[in-house]
Amino acid sequence: MAGLTARRARRQRAFRWTVLLVLGVFFLLPLVAMLEFTTRDGGGTWRLLVDWPRLSATYPDLSAGIVASLGQAALTALLMLVLLVPTAIWVRLRLPWLRRFVEFICLLPLTIPAIVLVVGLAPVYAWVTYFLGGSSLTLTFAYTILVLPYAYRAIDAGLSAIDVRTLAEAARSLGAGWATVMWRVVLPNIRSAVLSAAFLTVALVLGEFTIASLLNRTNVQVAINFLGKSSATMSVAVSLAALFLAFVLLLLLSLIGGGRRGGSEAAPLSTAKESP
Amino acid sequence: MNESGVAVRLKELHKAFGSLHALDGLDLAIEPGELVALLGPSGCGKTTALRVLAGLEDADAGQVLVGGRDVTSLPANRRDMGMVFQAYSLFPHLTALDNVEFGLKLRGRRRMPGRAAEMLELVGLGAFADRYPHQLSGGQQQRVALARALAIRPQVLLLDEPLSALDAKVRVQLRDEIKRIQTEVGTTTLFVTHDQEEALAMADRVGVMRAGRLEQLASPADVYQKPATAFVADFVGLSNRLPGRVDGDGVVVLGTRLPLVSPAGRGPDVAALVRPESVEVLPDADGPHRVLTVSFLGPTSRVTVSVADRLVVAQVASGRLAELAAGTPVRIELRPVPVVLDTD
Repeated sequence: MAGLTARRARRQRAFRWTVLLVLGVFFLLPLVAMLEFTTRDGGGTWRLLVDWPRLSATYPDLSAGIVASLGQAALTALLMLVLLVPTAIWVRLRLPWLRRFVEFICLLPLTIPAIVLVVGLAPVYAWVTYFLGGSSLTLTFAYTILVLPYAYRAIDAGLSAIDVRTLAEAARSLGAGWATVMWRVVLPNIRSAVLSAAFLTVALVLGEFTIASLLNRTNVQVAINFLGKSSATMSVAVSLAALFLAFVLLLLLSLIGGGRRGGSEAAPLSTAKESP
Repeated sequence: MNESGVAVRLKELHKAFGSLHALDGLDLAIEPGELVALLGPSGCGKTTALRVLAGLEDADAGQVLVGGRDVTSLPANRRDMGMVFQAYSLFPHLTALDNVEFGLKLRGRRRMPGRAAEMLELVGLGAFADRYPHQLSGGQQQRVALARALAIRPQVLLLDEPLSALDAKVRVQLRDEIKRIQTEVGTTTLFVTHDQEEALAMADRVGVMRAGRLEQLASPADVYQKPATAFVADFVGLSNRLPGRVDGDGVVVLGTRLPLVSPAGRGPDVAALVRPESVEVLPDADGPHRVLTVSFLGPTSRVTVSVADRLVVAQVASGRLAELAAGTPVRIELRPVPVVLDTD
């Protein structure tokens, strides 16, 4: 009996390792190939990539793209949070009947291909250019729409995990105004959800190409695309670095998400006593 | 400690949710320092009444007066009321002490370092000040919530079924504790519950609600012994609905003449509501009835007797169960305590 169980466990372990190996090869092989390709020159490409003054002198378009992407990511995360967090909280507290509608609106960008979005956005951006100029940072508006589905899901999940209504009512009865309820009661309790939304936003913006390219703006992906035509090694190195950055962000996100299940983030864990 | 309370008055309150009239002209007056329990079935409007008093719901019509001041249009955060909710409502990111201090800080009472700790001591949780809500049991969380509500020295304390999420033993302990603390602090308190035992045990006066109105507001003993209406008699405690015949200012039920709580409006054939403890079951070899079932409830037991085509429930001392086994022939006598007639 024990031998049978041991054999089954061994077989399961073998199966697990096989699956892991196949998937690992599938995902990692291209990355290893990229790494191998970019290190053929003895690491010169990578040394150049981390040496910012030299990089911006050698590939000014690339450095401009990187700066633009970082600016877009930061501004998009900010605009998304400013718009979405108070809206999501307010809908939960005061306009629950609007929830389905808001969810539908927020998920809509997911169903519209980027290319279709651009067709609609082009005339709008004619006005944006007229009022705000042609800076690549104006892509923030389009990107805010693009990240809505992911950010909304993250924040909504955070709000679902707490009893927003009761907490808000308790705070109100203790003398808190609506601003205090949002800042000091709800926000601290959905902090990890807000961080998740922000990280997802940054990862998404760093990987965006279609809209920037079609609206004739620049960002890191557009720069990589251009660079691919002149310096394949550098473009692959930057792609790999961007992928790695996104990977680190998502890893951080999963770590934060895992920590939330323990209850309050700051709380040291110990079991509750079962006395009254 | 005693911080004498204020009078509360709800005047002609109306509140509708769509076609449902949660409050239909509710009138309620609470004396300073008094604990009034609102009791009633689900949907009778008791929670709505409490939420309107708290300012968490707006009444469609009517007035809310606290200490003689009209607060009907004041928002919840300016009404100066402490509230304990049915759901656990402690702020998860704050410790027990920080939770209790929350209201004090909002009021700018930073120079009251002892107040929050003192309130935690009052509810017996002084040693748990640094614990987070998820490290406390349900009963402890509700006690911290009570300390938090009382810390701001509210004019009125509102308890919205605060014990219903707790298990039976903790519920009874905490019930007694809330009563002790309320008496000690002296804050005017409105307590909403669907548990009649809780209401009768804790309240100075019990208000029984039905369809958005008060059916009766009286002391627990009066609500139980002299129910104003058949609904109150039926809702509070168990009642046998037995056929009777009006006879002057009394009613004859199963051959016994019983006094009436209030004069009969109609007759002569009526249904009287008789409490199980008013029914005496006596073993009798020639008795016309039979014991059907026996339920042991601890010090007392419930015996169901088949009388003609209906069942009569009686409460007997458990020591007598040996002589009242199922199938025993018995006769029934009724104690002459005042009864209510069922007008429905």
